Amino acid sequence: MLENKTIIEAVQDKFPDATFEEFREQLAIRIPRDHLFDLMKFLKEDKTLAFDYLTDVTGVDYLKMERDPRFDVVYHLYSFKNNVRVRVKCGIAETDMDVPSMVPLWKAATWLEREAFEMFGFQFKGHPDLRRLLLPDVFEGFPLRKDYPLRGRGERDVILNLK
Amino acid sequence: MADLSYDLKTDQMVLNFGPQHPATHGTLRLVLELDGEVVKKAEPHIGYLHSGFEKLGEYKTYNQWITLSDRMNYLSPLANNIGFALAVEKLIGIDVPERAKYIRVILAELSRIADHMVWLGTHALDIGAFTAFLYAFEVREHLYNIFEHVTGARLTTSYTRIGGLFRDVPHDFEELVRAFLKYFPGVLKELHGLLTRNRIWMDRTRGVGYLSKEDAINWGVTGPVLRGSGVAYDVRRNFPYLIYDRLDFEIPVCDEGDVYSRYLVRMEELVQSMKIVEQCLADFPDGPVNYFDHKYTLPEKEAVYDTIEGLIHHFKNIMPGHGFEVPEGEIYVATEAPNGELGFYIVSDGSNKAYRLRVRPPSFVNFACFDHLVRGNLVSDVVAVLGSLNIIAGELDR
Repeated sequence: MLENKTIIEAVQDKFPDATFEEFREQLAIRIPRDHLFDLMKFLKEDKTLAFDYLTDVTGVDYLKMERDPRFDVVYHLYSFKNNVRVRVKCGIAETDMDVPSMVPLWKAATWLEREAFEMFGFQFKGHPDLRRLLLPDVFEGFPLRKDYPLRGRGERDVILNLK
Repeated sequence: MADLSYDLKTDQMVLNFGPQHPATHGTLRLVLELDGEVVKKAEPHIGYLHSGFEKLGEYKTYNQWITLSDRMNYLSPLANNIGFALAVEKLIGIDVPERAKYIRVILAELSRIADHMVWLGTHALDIGAFTAFLYAFEVREHLYNIFEHVTGARLTTSYTRIGGLFRDVPHDFEELVRAFLKYFPGVLKELHGLLTRNRIWMDRTRGVGYLSKEDAINWGVTGPVLRGSGVAYDVRRNFPYLIYDRLDFEIPVCDEGDVYSRYLVRMEELVQSMKIVEQCLADFPDGPVNYFDHKYTLPEKEAVYDTIEGLIHHFKNIMPGHGFEVPEGEIYVATEAPNGELGFYIVSDGSNKAYRLRVRPPSFVNFACFDHLVRGNLVSDVVAVLGSLNIIAGELDR
């Protein structure tokens, strides 16, 4: 069993600009965008950490918490070798929504990133096929953003040709 | 003499599969590019059942959202109820009473059997084995009668509450489950007799939809699909929740990585689920089913009518704009749903609603590798592979 402390030390050693949060024994690593891909590659390929499994990719919009930068892109990783999970978070500003794609490391990211793109508008750089997945192709707007109203902006009527 | 050379047309044909096709089980659409009968490319178009459950999670209180979790994987709604309740309980930092844990485990395993029965029935039906469908759906009917008796509903169960359960099980619950455990092994034997060594079944499923161990990990698949590719990962074993760390059960694994091995894994899981339920019944404790602090759970009706505290707690739990508050923080909790890892990532801002509620659905991630699985197979195998993944559209699209 890998202790959170060991992970923190290993990451801190390589990435001095990473910060760490712990809540209910769950570890989250926060990293600036410039080093996100390198950190993920390191977590995956390091022999002792071996976080070789991407569980989830998603985003959070902190508009109502008035935080800067506005968005977080959130990754959940799992290590088969150590049976440990870790969360990696990266702040993304509204003005520059580019995020490096994790598809070169994990194919699991293909659909998960497409979903995060259509729900929040992250532009995953290096994604082979960044299109809308769940919503219609003609849909505009990003529904999981906090400034998007619950009942939509009338897209349904447009799509169904009701108006 | 003129040179007689014929131009043989070898254009690829595009075949539209779904969205209303009996084998898609729900509404999803596949666009298949075919070269003769061989699939060159498969492109799933999903989202027909997208209902914005994650967005609604930001507008509904935690207990209200439980009713939405039913509608995700509608073949095993209880497993979703339990997964969500566990995530919120971990966020708050409370632990449900022992009896509630046992009931949750029994119902989770019975839903696993019900889910696998629908999977088996429809999967076999798609490939052409009609009889198995009738046996499997009879089993499901037995289970749904039990669920109806316990929760009051067959499908939209909404049985868990944060900090416990909607109510205790009826007095004849143990009897009903024991009767089911007595009846089920006979059916399982019949199903094995119908399919497991059936020549047609093996020809249709062996070597089809191959997924290697490395690819399975890279594509992030979970559940029987991952275990069918030889990776022994089960959330019940790797991150034990409820009372799974005290129970004796095996994690079935098969190395072949094809449709047949996923079939074998699921069939063995049925046996293990029965084993778990038997152990729970042998050791079924008495006691309350709700967390003692009524700041989180509804008090008894007598307390509501007779005491001022009870009335206040009831009002605080029910009134719009109130409800319990949870600490600020974020949490990821996963449970082993019948299809794989069902994860909930909740970000809380300290109010009575989630700030962000993310569902990590097993079907969605398992289905992402579909193109990889069917490429190079025959068009008739598409249905076999689709069945082996057991895609539930409600959970796929959320």
